[in-house]
Amino acid sequence: MKYLCLVYIEEKKLKALSKSEYDALVADALAYDDELQRSGHYIVSNALESVQAATTLRPRNGKVSITDGPFAETKEQLGGFILIEATDLNEALHVAAKIPPGRIGSIEVRPVKELTAAQA
Amino acid sequence: MKDDTADRARGMVDAVYRAESRRVLATLIRLLGSFDLAEEALHDAFTAAVEQWPREGVPANPRAWLVSAGRFRAIDKIRRRARFDAALVELANELDADAEIAPEVDHQGVEDDRLRLIFTCCHPALPADAQVALTLREVCGLTTEEIARAFLSTPSTVAQRIVRAKNKIRDARIPYQVPSRDELADRLESVLRVIYLVFNEGYSASSGEALTRHDLSGEAIRVGRLLLELLPEPEVMGLAALMLIQESRRTARTTPTGEIVLLDDQDRTLWNREQIEEGSALVERSLSSRRFGPYTLQAAIAAVHAEAPSAAATDWNEIVGLYDVLMRMIPSPVIELNRAVAVAMRDGPAAGLELIDAILGRGDLADYQFAHSTRADLCRRLGRTQEARAAYQRALDLARQAPERRFLEGRLRELAG
Repeated sequence: MKYLCLVYIEEKKLKALSKSEYDALVADALAYDDELQRSGHYIVSNALESVQAATTLRPRNGKVSITDGPFAETKEQLGGFILIEATDLNEALHVAAKIPPGRIGSIEVRPVKELTAAQA
Repeated sequence: MKDDTADRARGMVDAVYRAESRRVLATLIRLLGSFDLAEEALHDAFTAAVEQWPREGVPANPRAWLVSAGRFRAIDKIRRRARFDAALVELANELDADAEIAPEVDHQGVEDDRLRLIFTCCHPALPADAQVALTLREVCGLTTEEIARAFLSTPSTVAQRIVRAKNKIRDARIPYQVPSRDELADRLESVLRVIYLVFNEGYSASSGEALTRHDLSGEAIRVGRLLLELLPEPEVMGLAALMLIQESRRTARTTPTGEIVLLDDQDRTLWNREQIEEGSALVERSLSSRRFGPYTLQAAIAAVHAEAPSAAATDWNEIVGLYDVLMRMIPSPVIELNRAVAVAMRDGPAAGLELIDAILGRGDLADYQFAHSTRADLCRRLGRTQEARAAYQRALDLARQAPERRFLEGRLRELAG
């Protein structure tokens, strides 16, 4: 089963890190990706640019409204994600608990829902 | 003669239901991989027993018979439904294949299933109120109506909570397993919290007229004992001991008309000695493991009270010492308050009042009824009547339970005279 681990961080906290702290966090994050590849949990992952670079679309009645910024203004912002393969939630939580940026933020673990087209 | 046999068999079905239904359910959930399928199967298995046992006699191993009857009927049902849904064919085949290699319904296997059920119902990924409702429903076998009544809620609210929890177990794939060694301590904490919450809800209802709701405390103690039997960890002993010793004072803590009697004023001959002895022995066992935690320490404090012939003859020094250890383990203003009460008993009201004023001075516990009623009591004993009255009034403003309100109103009347 696939689980999407969403990494939420206060961007302020991330910016407040010193260069060496930030570099260490990035190195840890990349090393953890490698570890997950070796253990067979890894599918795909990425960090995200700041929410200041986000654009939200709302397609309604054939028209698309475009607004600046994230869908919801919250204290913590979505800063990255890792899509993993795990047998069950306990295994997924075990993997998610060690995602390095989680140390300064939080990780939301969401089971992936496979959509299937209705059969005729 | 024939009727006699039939009556006996029916009586046997009832007795087996009371003794075994939770065990059978726990095993069926594992075998069928679904709470809903397992509940349906449990129902079908007992329906079959009511039909067959009076006619064919009670099987040698009723539990194994029920598990196998339930599983057979569940697979049969899925097969019949499968005519309309191809995905179910696969599920039925899978379950059938599992059945071929299904582990024996031996004693250890069944006990492991009960432990799996407890850990799944108390999984921290479920909302706290759902953990409680699910545990009472699945582990204790209470109906949604009974749970709703106990928690002053409506059956539909409770039912919805349980349905959502089951959906999450299915959709997020919360596994039906006892956590691994390295996760056990954390996960056990969640289980113990649920059990103690149920106990406290029964021991001291947070609102309304009834001060105690005995049934819930009884259920919590039952689950505590079950857990103790399945997983004799020190903190499991600690929680069981804490509940038993608190429960031992049930008759003494209220008058026949439902008025509160404080610990110091309780008739200690009314305390249940059997529960105290069982609790104290568990405390000893847990303490000697040297791996004990907060539940054991709280139980140890309760045991010191339980063994004292009177409030005055209590070993307050020992109690203050235990609170010191507890404060180091889980610092909290409520524990600090309880420690202050013990200090007041050991060193006099002025010493206790100083500590309580320090807590309140920090802004902690400003809305905690017992901080104000305790402060009021110490002021009263020091003859500081004005302050005592103000503090009792503040406590009364915060009190929600009728017996507590009457108690505080009584104290205010005494001070007015």
